[in-house]
Amino acid sequence: MSTSRDSIASSIETATAPAVRLLRLGAADNVAVATGACEAGVELMVDGVALRLLERIAVGHKVALRDVATGEKVVKFGCPIGSAIRAIRAGEHVHTHNLKSDYLPTFTLDAATARAAAQS
Amino acid sequence: MTSIAGHLRSDGRKGIRNHIVVAYLVECAHHVAREIVLPFREQGVHLIGFPGCYPNAYASRMMKQLCTHPNVGGVLLLSLGCESFDRFGLEQIVRASGRPVRTLVIQEHGGTRKTLAEGRTWVEQTLKAMRASPTVPMDVSDLIVGTICGGSDATSGLTANPAIGRAFDRLAERGAAVIFEETGELIGCERHMATRAVTPELGAALIASVAKAEVYYRTLGHGSFAPGNAAGGLTTQEEKSLGAYAKSGTSPIKGMLKPGDVPPAGGLYLLDVVPDGEVRFGFPNVNDNAEAVELIACGAHLILFSTGRGSVVGSAISPVIKVCANPETFRRMSDDMDCDAGRILEGRATLDEVGQELVDLVIQTAGGRATASESLGHQEFVLTYKSFEPLGPGCLPVVR
Repeated sequence: MSTSRDSIASSIETATAPAVRLLRLGAADNVAVATGACEAGVELMVDGVALRLLERIAVGHKVALRDVATGEKVVKFGCPIGSAIRAIRAGEHVHTHNLKSDYLPTFTLDAATARAAAQS
Repeated sequence: MTSIAGHLRSDGRKGIRNHIVVAYLVECAHHVAREIVLPFREQGVHLIGFPGCYPNAYASRMMKQLCTHPNVGGVLLLSLGCESFDRFGLEQIVRASGRPVRTLVIQEHGGTRKTLAEGRTWVEQTLKAMRASPTVPMDVSDLIVGTICGGSDATSGLTANPAIGRAFDRLAERGAAVIFEETGELIGCERHMATRAVTPELGAALIASVAKAEVYYRTLGHGSFAPGNAAGGLTTQEEKSLGAYAKSGTSPIKGMLKPGDVPPAGGLYLLDVVPDGEVRFGFPNVNDNAEAVELIACGAHLILFSTGRGSVVGSAISPVIKVCANPETFRRMSDDMDCDAGRILEGRATLDEVGQELVDLVIQTAGGRATASESLGHQEFVLTYKSFEPLGPGCLPVVR
């Protein structure tokens, strides 16, 4: 294990209790929000239930609390925020790669750069 | 259980404060009005006004609603004399409401110095007379509470906004009227909002209000979902809007209001702040205080204000309770804040606990406790040109 990984791991250890937590914003939510950056493999408690992160989660980003099927609504604040575009496992990062708006397409800077490159 | 001393007005509404407003009816009377207020600033004398010289039905109605707001016990109108504002009509409405009122026309009174002296004498006498006014018991169900957010950051949608939503649910359960607004920040939530409407007609009106906002903001060139939002963890437009929408809680939506419409009963209402018709007069609300003023014109006794980056504003007429979403901001600016909702982020409190704290703060503030912005002397006020059509027939299905 590299030094940088060690330092990350130790920062998580200090962070897990109580600083970094997963915040479930509505009772019906199938995602929770990380209150701090957290590495893969770390186990966090959400409403008394342990959840192992399958990948690194940045602050403010979402984690699936349970498996979500393709096409299923992702629910945050008790409301749908879009549909899963592929199966999402509990503990996975939920973002533009596996969730799309039911309303308007999301244009990120990455997507805009890729589009510009494709057109040139 | 709760003891709020209310000031009973002739229209049956009760106020949680007994302020005098000094209102200028054109910018040219602003200075004299401000100078009149100066020595009485800490005695509940507030400065409001409309700067425009040309007539505007919206501004006229807003001034009528603000001058007869339940938190207002007396009104001094300041006119230059040649502006178009209907000072006679406004004075008549205030007088009919039973409040002490006086209009000073600067051109007729012989200029700045004489008007200033006359105005200060009137305020002094009126303050003395109002001190004797009796109070009546007031309940949570008599309250109207509005909410806005300003200086938002990524924490707003995680802590302060959903905590305000919890407080709104509890206040509505106890019979209070609670109002959320800013339809431009609800784009993507309209279908969900419609499912919460008490009638299908109201649901359609809610959807239409957001569609109107979308067109308005698009015309003005407003961006909506920025790349920085995705970097911060937001994936979709509806998710971003939900952060603001979370302030509304989970109650059924009883009706839709436009600025100046008072909720006919308790429960949750949406205030449609985007003007009707073609885009005129620029941005719907030029800043947070323009939103606060519209909520107050709808009768809001107080306002729950969510901020992440740290707004310091208060408002004329109605107390503003500052709910700080970001724990870092709270540590830096605690003097300006009433509630540290960022504790939720650090695991030091739950959403429900902060929601209950906000209900308690609302009741204490209604009971006379000064908010942070009140004790710091904040009395911001802004009123601009706008135009609205009256509410459609499906907007207020519930009548007392």
